[in-house]
Amino acid sequence: MAIRIITETFDPGAELNAFMAETAGAGAVATFTGLVRSDPVDPITTLTLECYPELAVSQIGAIEAEAVARFGLMRATVIHRYGTLRPGEPIVQVMTLASHRQAAFDGAQFLMDYLKTDAPFWKKEAAPGGERWVEHSAGDDRAKARWR
Amino acid sequence: MKILYFAWLRERLDRGEEEVSPPSDVKTVADLIGWLRAGDPVADLAMQRPEIIRAAIDAKIVPHSALIAGARIVALFPPMTGG
Repeated sequence: MAIRIITETFDPGAELNAFMAETAGAGAVATFTGLVRSDPVDPITTLTLECYPELAVSQIGAIEAEAVARFGLMRATVIHRYGTLRPGEPIVQVMTLASHRQAAFDGAQFLMDYLKTDAPFWKKEAAPGGERWVEHSAGDDRAKARWR
Repeated sequence: MKILYFAWLRERLDRGEEEVSPPSDVKTVADLIGWLRAGDPVADLAMQRPEIIRAAIDAKIVPHSALIAGARIVALFPPMTGG
């Protein structure tokens, strides 16, 4: 298991290759990469993520440990950025290694659903018209609730 | 005890952290929020919906009923928007 909370950008493909360097006989890897979204009709200029790093490490560590135990993952890695990002840049990547695809898919989705609501990051969008904090989404709460 | 504030709570208070010495009858996170609000009109406005504020004690998420005795760092923040 690994957690990286970083400010600099990362290369999603290189991270996947590094993750797959040690597969220990596994049959499946799932990867999800979250990007800074910008609606062409209502574009943003930047997305700034504020972070409480000490809490992020403990929260994501607990989420990862639960995912590994629950889905029988062989390994999981979470990379999460903070700071000021531009549209199209990667924000987050989760990678899961498992014997079979269902565990790898489910583990990655579980990790993302929990990161949305339980990882201490706060997003602020800057657009030509001003800045706004991204509101907590009820849909994200529902996505997490289905794992209970 | 140090208090950390994040996101719009930090902006509304215009400070990311402060040292406080609450009296002994301030026992829980809920008490602490109430005491902070009572002592500062800006904090009173910023935390006018205390039910949406999340809390952590020494980098562990806790409910508002958690006791603050012995805490080194209490963090108060809005709902998280990670991922």
